[in-house]
Amino acid sequence: MKGIDGLRRLSGGASRETLSFSADGRALILRKDPPGAVAGGLAREADLLRAARAAGVPVPDVVASGDGGDGVGAPYIVMNHVEGETIARRILRDDEYADARPLMARQCGEILAAIHSIPTDATGGLPDDDPLEKYAGVYAMFDEPHPTFDLALKWLRARRPSTTRRTLVHGDFRNGNLIVGPEGVRSVLDWELAHIGDPIEDLGWLCANAWRFGGLLPVGGFGTYDDLVAGYEAASGVEVDRAALNWWEAAANLSWGVICIAQAATHRSGAVRSVELAAIGRRVCETEWDLLGNFDAAGWPS
Amino acid sequence: MTDDVHDVPTASELVEAVREFLERDVMTATEGRVQFHTRVAINVLNMVQRELTVGVEQADAHAERLATLGIASEKELSAAIASGALDDRLADVVAVVRAAVRDKLTVANPKYIANSP
Repeated sequence: MKGIDGLRRLSGGASRETLSFSADGRALILRKDPPGAVAGGLAREADLLRAARAAGVPVPDVVASGDGGDGVGAPYIVMNHVEGETIARRILRDDEYADARPLMARQCGEILAAIHSIPTDATGGLPDDDPLEKYAGVYAMFDEPHPTFDLALKWLRARRPSTTRRTLVHGDFRNGNLIVGPEGVRSVLDWELAHIGDPIEDLGWLCANAWRFGGLLPVGGFGTYDDLVAGYEAASGVEVDRAALNWWEAAANLSWGVICIAQAATHRSGAVRSVELAAIGRRVCETEWDLLGNFDAAGWPS
Repeated sequence: MTDDVHDVPTASELVEAVREFLERDVMTATEGRVQFHTRVAINVLNMVQRELTVGVEQADAHAERLATLGIASEKELSAAIASGALDDRLADVVAVVRAAVRDKLTVANPKYIANSP
């Protein structure tokens, strides 16, 4: 590469850094671990981005990647910059995306079908633990009783979907991790939470109330269950069990609630003092309210 | 909240004064990340004011509701649900839990109940 211009830090801090720059007139993004980071996460993400692209998933094109053994000194990925919006409240409210919004639920269904066709051996070391029990364990770690979550665990354990499909799961497919243009979804970001599991998990996560950002429609605040499922079924040829989708949406609400507890604990422990993290502790009751709605919709107690 | 020891302004009025300062002066003088965190801080102070107003009353009501289940605390309720000890009274349990969550939202984010689907 000859000239590097316009190097600009987009985000970062104690953990991973994201920088934008252009090289030979091409707009690029660099994601880089801090010096001394354990190799693995970003190398896996580079593998996944390449495999996703091969499977027809809209993702940035990986231009270069490395494990830190080269001059960069830490694991990194260089990818092309995809123009568009990631901020949910703009995507959900700005006129610029008015035509995109009615299309996006179906597009998300189609994209998720492509993600679930990525070979599960596209990269090594993908976790395959049960998400419900994982978050049950995190909840138990904190001595912060939330009776709604105990009810949710009881409810979810008694109604596990009997699915046998195991695919690659994106793990964080939602508003905020999608680059959107006036025509709809352009790119899927943040593959750090990818794992092996029941693919309907991704559909349920996208429907969790937290990702609607105040929008009234169930799929990310922009679309309907019917459009999401229709897009998924048409592209995958697999029928979506609506009860399983509801189950995964409730599981997502529980997971997000537990994540909120963990984030507030990060502040309270002194690890990262932040008014934002502190405030998140008082958002846990939003997920409790959502879970009570999930119980009502599906019938509880039975 | 009033008490006999401290002078006015009350705790609630002091919180309100800080919030008004953030709204009037800090929001207009900042941008980006600091402005975002200022907005979060304003929301937090609104929450604190609401809790100062209704917190004691809510705690009493919650204790009364728990007592109808023969339970003394959130921790005990949590454990009783998990162990199955209240499985034959789940409708009552859900009603008690829902009332508590409603109270928490009344303080934390009152719009959430009105806006929920």
